[in-house]
Amino acid sequence: MTILSFDWAFVVEKLIMIAIIVFASLGIALYTTFGERKVAAILQDRPGPSRAGPFGLLQPLADGLKLIMKEEIIPTHANKWLFILGPGLAMTASLMSCAVIPWGTPIHVFGRTVELQIADINIGILYVFAVVSMGVYGIMIGGWASNNKFSLMSALRAASQAISYELAMGLALIALLMTTGSLSLKTIVEQQVTGHWWNIVYQPLGFFIFFVCAMAECNRTPFDLPEAENELNFGYHQEYSSMKLGFYLFAEYINMIMSSAIMASMYFGGYDLPFFDETTVAPNIAAMIGVGTLLIKIVLFIFLFMWIRWTIPRFRYDQLMNLGWKTMIPLALFNMLLTGALILAKL
Amino acid sequence: MQTLTNKAQAVNRAPMSFWERLYLINIIKGMLITFSHMFKKQPTIHYPEQKREFSPVFRGLHVLNRDEEGRERCTACGLCAVACPAEAITMEAAERIEGEEHLYREEKYAAKYEINMLRCIFCGLCEEACPKDAVYLSETFAPANYTRKGFIYGKPDLLIPNPKTEATALATAKGVEA
Repeated sequence: MTILSFDWAFVVEKLIMIAIIVFASLGIALYTTFGERKVAAILQDRPGPSRAGPFGLLQPLADGLKLIMKEEIIPTHANKWLFILGPGLAMTASLMSCAVIPWGTPIHVFGRTVELQIADINIGILYVFAVVSMGVYGIMIGGWASNNKFSLMSALRAASQAISYELAMGLALIALLMTTGSLSLKTIVEQQVTGHWWNIVYQPLGFFIFFVCAMAECNRTPFDLPEAENELNFGYHQEYSSMKLGFYLFAEYINMIMSSAIMASMYFGGYDLPFFDETTVAPNIAAMIGVGTLLIKIVLFIFLFMWIRWTIPRFRYDQLMNLGWKTMIPLALFNMLLTGALILAKL
Repeated sequence: MQTLTNKAQAVNRAPMSFWERLYLINIIKGMLITFSHMFKKQPTIHYPEQKREFSPVFRGLHVLNRDEEGRERCTACGLCAVACPAEAITMEAAERIEGEEHLYREEKYAAKYEINMLRCIFCGLCEEACPKDAVYLSETFAPANYTRKGFIYGKPDLLIPNPKTEATALATAKGVEA
């Protein structure tokens, strides 16, 4: 039985990792919805949800319970299987991208060295791109299957927006990859930990483009055209109710967390705590500090997302396309050429 | 064109400059404005725990007053019903019989006194019309009920607690309503 002779402990270890990361992402997403409402409220001089539990902390649980208790409606003329597949796909795609994020330096438990990353694949960033692009299928399938013209329009918008902005995002990323020379997120983070500066110093324009495109990918305001209430009623999830709607709303928040994590890893040193020598403490404690640092960076990014959302109004559709094709892509190309020239000149 | 106020501003239709078209500066300005609002005082009053002070002329639900000895002041003269522009008040008069002197202040009293709170517009004209200081508008407001019938307030709903026999109830009612 040679086929069973591989390291079973490794499988268990990875399964535990996956469980922890998936449930942690769900938990964080749950409280991101709460954070969103609180941030929105505070920016608008309101107190926000404050009734359920102390400081309203149980509000996300109440929201979840409400969504689950709601009646599940599938429209008569909807394509039933696609209608169910849509939210599932959106959720799966957004959860899958957490597989390649390095959460910290390895820890040592029970005499084993455990990597705080589900899979260190050497094409990490490409994998993220592939999975994130799948997320738009969730929206498209949901919008198509609803048999509702507003949902369909919204799905069309989401698809064209995602395609337009993924281009600029990829081009911004190419410039980063030229400086790092690796597609593996773990390698990129390690380079930043050992190197002098974080990648943001080398790629400020690239980060800016990436950030704007990430916002567009997550369908966040000012790029939330698929959810434009005043033109499309509610957008692609108009016909959805109960937890299927919850999945769509949740997927958006998980996308936000994941893109924050990726931006933190690629441009802001990932789990690297600046001005702190990790070798002075025990490796396990250093790893925990790393995880905490990454989480803090993620929270800061999420706050930035929310802050922008509650400041800027939504783009018009032609403005969105103009920005994507006429500004972001040329800018990203320029950034790429500039990086290439600087690398050639050995600066 | 002659403007009525000096606040009118001509619309600037000049094409936007490069920096204006970037929107970035304005976006950052806007974000600083929203950020500054994080430190502003919230005007919210957390209602059931905190209450806003009423103005002294606030007109809420009606009460039927008693005198110091706990006798009903209302003599069912009907002036409030006449004054009421919404025709919300109805009453039936009755004669006080022997032995009821501790209940009613004068020889005539209201056997039935009803205010339809759905019709009432809380103008306070009944209060002004009353010659016997019997009907007053309190500071209680926002009644809720499941049926329309529940909004027709009769004498048991309107009369204040008897200061002689239910002094504590009166005190609490005043405390809640004040």
